[in-house]
Amino acid sequence: MKLGTSGYLTVALVMGVAIVLAVLNQMTPATSPLHVPTYVVALAGKYLCFAMLALAVDLVWGFAGILSLGHAAFFALGGYAMGMYLMRQIGTRGVYGNPMLPDFMVFLGWKELPWYWYGFNWFPFAMLMVVVVPGLLAAVFGWLAFRSRVTGVYLSIITQALTYALLLAFFRNDMGFGGNNGMTDFKDILGFNVQADSTRSALLVISALFLCLQFLVARFVVDSRFGKILVAVRDTESRTRFLGYRPESYKLVVWVLSAVMAAIGGALYVPQVGIINPSEFAPGNSIEAVIWVAVGGRGTLVGAIIGAVLVNFGKTWFTGALPELWLYALGAMFIFVTLFLPRGVMGLFQRRSRREAEADAPAAAAAQEVTG
Amino acid sequence: MTTGDETTAGVNTGDTLLYLDGVTVTFDGFRALNALSLVLEKGEMRAMVGPNGAGKTTMMDVITGKTRPDEGKVVFGKDIDLTSMDEPSIAALGIGRKFQKPTVFEPLTVWDNVLLALAGDRSPRFSLFARQSADEKVRVESILETTRLTDHRWRRAADLSHGQKQWLEIGMLLAQDPQLLLVDEPVAGMTDAETEQTAHLLREINKSHSVVVVEHDMAFVRALGVKVTVLHEGSVLSEGSLDFVSEDPKVIEVYLGR
Repeated sequence: MKLGTSGYLTVALVMGVAIVLAVLNQMTPATSPLHVPTYVVALAGKYLCFAMLALAVDLVWGFAGILSLGHAAFFALGGYAMGMYLMRQIGTRGVYGNPMLPDFMVFLGWKELPWYWYGFNWFPFAMLMVVVVPGLLAAVFGWLAFRSRVTGVYLSIITQALTYALLLAFFRNDMGFGGNNGMTDFKDILGFNVQADSTRSALLVISALFLCLQFLVARFVVDSRFGKILVAVRDTESRTRFLGYRPESYKLVVWVLSAVMAAIGGALYVPQVGIINPSEFAPGNSIEAVIWVAVGGRGTLVGAIIGAVLVNFGKTWFTGALPELWLYALGAMFIFVTLFLPRGVMGLFQRRSRREAEADAPAAAAAQEVTG
Repeated sequence: MTTGDETTAGVNTGDTLLYLDGVTVTFDGFRALNALSLVLEKGEMRAMVGPNGAGKTTMMDVITGKTRPDEGKVVFGKDIDLTSMDEPSIAALGIGRKFQKPTVFEPLTVWDNVLLALAGDRSPRFSLFARQSADEKVRVESILETTRLTDHRWRRAADLSHGQKQWLEIGMLLAQDPQLLLVDEPVAGMTDAETEQTAHLLREINKSHSVVVVEHDMAFVRALGVKVTVLHEGSVLSEGSLDFVSEDPKVIEVYLGR
């Protein structure tokens, strides 16, 4: 696998910035001009989680042509699994002091823990569920959709319906996930206080690690023969069938992988923002994730990360300075990118690197002759 | 129909490779195929001609599993019923198809296009970890040689000329190494020289594969020098050598109008 300049740069930048922020937060006194306040650390961690969601969207949209308008559903499900673990860690410190039941269940008058909450007090099990539940949902959804050859805008609409259905379901109190308040007031994660500066710094670095890991996995997938077949399926699906490939299997594999990537992002997001509620399933969230990818550059992976960080940075600034204008700015940005930067921010760099690649072509050819 | 037999090229073993019996396909009341029956021998090359709407492409759709017939039998080899199979299974059996409009994987290199078409494991698990083997390299090289694309192997397929794309697609068919090749209008949009090279290439291919060619270009059909089947309104109008069918009064009537 060749990472290329942009790949190395991305990994180095993500890890570097995360470590520098964490170190400056931990090692400098609050009075120092170099001190990074904890809210900045938490914000950066949140951006990196969004970048994982963007990477997941880019993998299916950019390389398999599946425009998912419901990917935040997998992100939120991962978040809920983490939230359930964090709720069980509260123990007797809740308002009602019930050692087994989270506050909202006591409030609803429930007497015992629903079966699907069993095991979530145990971290490894909860982490397993972070990937298993969204992965399973994606597998069932994808198997039905791809096998029935649902593609294009129809597929986009049912992904949107999926996240909307989950939004409605999680709003219901008797689902047992906290209704519209969701889950919050978390205390500990693995025995560390989730509010503490040191935990926040650690979570930022862990998020950076997972983002880089996901980036490497995604690069491996798209650079493999699998990735080439995926691109072939994206552009000329029927042709691949006549060559004997089953496009539905290829889509299913990348779809489930992408759902799991989004879910891991969601699981890391929850302890850093301190809350998970049904609004994370809102269709708008998934659409925003698609805009991040479009802004950064679809089908480039690096662009997804850039887009997620850039747009969310803009959102933080805008919602502070001119909150009522943010949605207009987002819409304008999307229109601008569609019209003038069809390949996103990455398109600005690629014109140069394409020329470099062409200069490299004979060398690459020679290399292939040798390695065979 | 014995008239055409002496023009049948290739190794004719006398075994039936493909057998269509009474195949009918209806689209919203329009009979695209009307009780079409056809027998193709192993090693044979057959040219299919006929006016627009005669059912040539629908016939290919039926054979490759894209369209299910309303009635009739499609049997491949001894007793394999194609009507109950989907496209990838039929492709895996050894039926390859070239489309009328050249359909190659545009963002990929010429090399990768041929590599993906090579016969082999088609599972996602295999392809995730597959590395190009020495054997694959040799096979891709020889196909590029045959299709005269060696110099273009690192170019993206999107950057090829129309004729080169047609050849690349034929190359991909060869890479699949099917028993039967269905070739839909291979010389549409080609120059005369390219047309001649294509006829030569198809005759080469026919040495080890059975081929069905759909074509409008009569000069090209003549250059192939094989048995011709004339389709009209979804069924066979005439069959035999090109000279035989072009003197058939039924064919003349259809082509020249009544």
